Amino acid sequence: MMLKKLVLAGAISLMGSTAFAACSYENTTEIKMLSAGFEAWKAVTDSMAECGNFQAELDQEFRTKQPAAFEANPSLYHLGGVSNGTITPLLNAETIRPLDDLVAKYGQNLKPNQLIKIDGKIMAVAMMVNTQHLMYRSDILSDLGIAVPTSWDEVYAAAGKIKEAGVVDYPLGATMKSGWNLAQEYVNLLPGHGGAFFNDDNTSAVNSDAGVAALETMKAALAFTDPEVLVSDSTYVQQQFQQGKIAMANLWASRAGAMNDEAESQVVGKVAMAAAPTAMEGGAPATTLWWDGIVVAANITDEEADAAFRLAMEGLDKETVMANNDAAIWLIEGFTPGPLSEGAIATATANPAPPPYPSTTRMGLMHTVLGNEIPAFLTGERDAVATLAAIDEAYTTAAKEAGVLK
Amino acid sequence: MNFKTFFAFVAPSVFMMILFIALPLVSVFIQSFQITQPVMQQVEVETCTPGFVTQTCVTEQKTVPVIGDDGKIQTTTEWVGLRSYRSVLQMDKVWEAVSSGRLRDILQIDFWKALRFTLMFTLITLPLVIGVGLLIALTVNNASRRVRGPIIFVSLLPFIITPVIGSLSIYWLFVGDGILTAMMERWSGTNISMFAQAWTIELLMYFYRVWHVAPFAFVIFYAGLQTVNMDTLESAVIDGANRWERLRHVIIPHLMPLIVFIALIHLMDCYRVFDEIIGFRSQAHVISLQWLTVDFLTPDDAGNRAIARASASAMLTMIGIVLLLILPLRRTWRDHKGSAH
Repeated sequence: MMLKKLVLAGAISLMGSTAFAACSYENTTEIKMLSAGFEAWKAVTDSMAECGNFQAELDQEFRTKQPAAFEANPSLYHLGGVSNGTITPLLNAETIRPLDDLVAKYGQNLKPNQLIKIDGKIMAVAMMVNTQHLMYRSDILSDLGIAVPTSWDEVYAAAGKIKEAGVVDYPLGATMKSGWNLAQEYVNLLPGHGGAFFNDDNTSAVNSDAGVAALETMKAALAFTDPEVLVSDSTYVQQQFQQGKIAMANLWASRAGAMNDEAESQVVGKVAMAAAPTAMEGGAPATTLWWDGIVVAANITDEEADAAFRLAMEGLDKETVMANNDAAIWLIEGFTPGPLSEGAIATATANPAPPPYPSTTRMGLMHTVLGNEIPAFLTGERDAVATLAAIDEAYTTAAKEAGVLK
Repeated sequence: MNFKTFFAFVAPSVFMMILFIALPLVSVFIQSFQITQPVMQQVEVETCTPGFVTQTCVTEQKTVPVIGDDGKIQTTTEWVGLRSYRSVLQMDKVWEAVSSGRLRDILQIDFWKALRFTLMFTLITLPLVIGVGLLIALTVNNASRRVRGPIIFVSLLPFIITPVIGSLSIYWLFVGDGILTAMMERWSGTNISMFAQAWTIELLMYFYRVWHVAPFAFVIFYAGLQTVNMDTLESAVIDGANRWERLRHVIIPHLMPLIVFIALIHLMDCYRVFDEIIGFRSQAHVISLQWLTVDFLTPDDAGNRAIARASASAMLTMIGIVLLLILPLRRTWRDHKGSAH
């Protein structure tokens, strides 16, 4: 019985993938790819696999594997899926190749917006944008007569009213798992408060008024979140939404689709998206812009690179996007923005616009330090000023060891 | 056994130990006194990234590594003496905290915070593991033969589970409105969050470790109980010793070498506590020395790893284990010498 079901399911899924967009050519070169494992990558790699001789590894730990795998000669993968955060080590080690010739040859359907140019050379082709923005339960906000919040002050005011009404367990969800997630919240808020991370000489600049304000804004959330918020990552917040436990959160656009997944969600159609809240009057939405895209390894032959790029273009085409419209905020021709992408688009087109995630060697060091030092502030062991001093000091130690500071 | 036969049996294992333990240890020892870093240069880079409709291009100064002629990042290696140890231990801050009388400030430094937990974890679970293990062993030994098999099987189960999986299951049972938290909430009528403060997390960690390791102690003690001298026990009964006195004066002295053995193994294992930190996601509240080393080694998005500090922290962990093991090892050594003549 079980076996029969499995065979049936397999057959249906095979049918599903051949029913649309069968590949326009037959790929004869063996191509391998390593990327993150979320929905949009699955759609793209499935569509590439239709051309044959293609093997994709979708792995959430790709960021630790990719630099070493691409440094091997020949490279272990021909293609890599990267974001603006994870392309830095590949650029630094020059293990990915410029794509100008290949784009000229196969990239007729790409929009200029998709081409990631570093010093004028195309180093990656972006397929989607991602950002953290406000998701809220539209039913709860309209029941309580609350306008959609546009700033963090308004978010907290609204959270206060929702808490009073007692309609959900916790008014707010937050991706504050200590480490990368928590640091990312701060990376959203500091520029939102007009602060900067670094001085021109690579020394830390977080110990400022904006730095304190950003920390205070983070801490204010704790009055409205789950007390266990320091263990909650994006998936946890997504589930809290799906189970109707929270009413608002500043969450990744790539998680929006899950809110309407009938198999998991109890709040189908009730979660709406808006621009990320601002942290100060007249400021940009307190968030960062991300893109995900494809790079081609440097340590492979030109023929392989040619075949790999041609195959990638097959994955990043109109058919893939039209069949998976809600999987991402696609940059590719054929994308129809739906209600789920409203928030991300409002965020990205805001004036002033939020900055892209500032991925550099020093930012990598700073991100780790923030993730390790901020928890002590949120648990009340340390005040804001002492925390910022500790961040300064830990960053200086790390930067000296990494050669960024003398 | 003559030396040649002895050597033939031991050589493969000695070779493996040198290859996989001694040599890496030497390399870590050396690296803890060195810093290897890429040669960096300042360049002006123009980066164009997509918005939703149009691109934004920014030109900025970036610090990037220099690529050598071989196509690899150029690095320099420098002897720095104890610098990495100093940045892990941060002794200046420790002395400052001691002299100003604010001892709690010491626990804000990662290494000391981790050391505090690691030591407490090791020393609190040690007697519990031995006690619980002994208790199960005595119970099974006194149970009727028919139920003994099933009892042994059930009590061994926790030890079979992979540590990460075990800690994850405890995490899922208690996190948010997990089954057990929901049950405790119903009994007590208050909202309980087990992962919101350090002490409840630590309590769960102690519980988990004892639950996981006690079966190991049980198996060893159970084997030991089979060799207790029955004549001594019977004469103790005739002399009017009650159950407790027999345990205290006959059974425990007999099991003493095994207790020391279990203590040794447990101290070594516990001092390297790691799975609980990851499984319980407790980094915000509780960290351990082993976790600290791994955290130094984990590359960030830009690919940086703090290998020098990781080496220093690993060496410090090893020194800690050696210090902890001195007492039980001295005892074993004395027993060994005592039995020799």
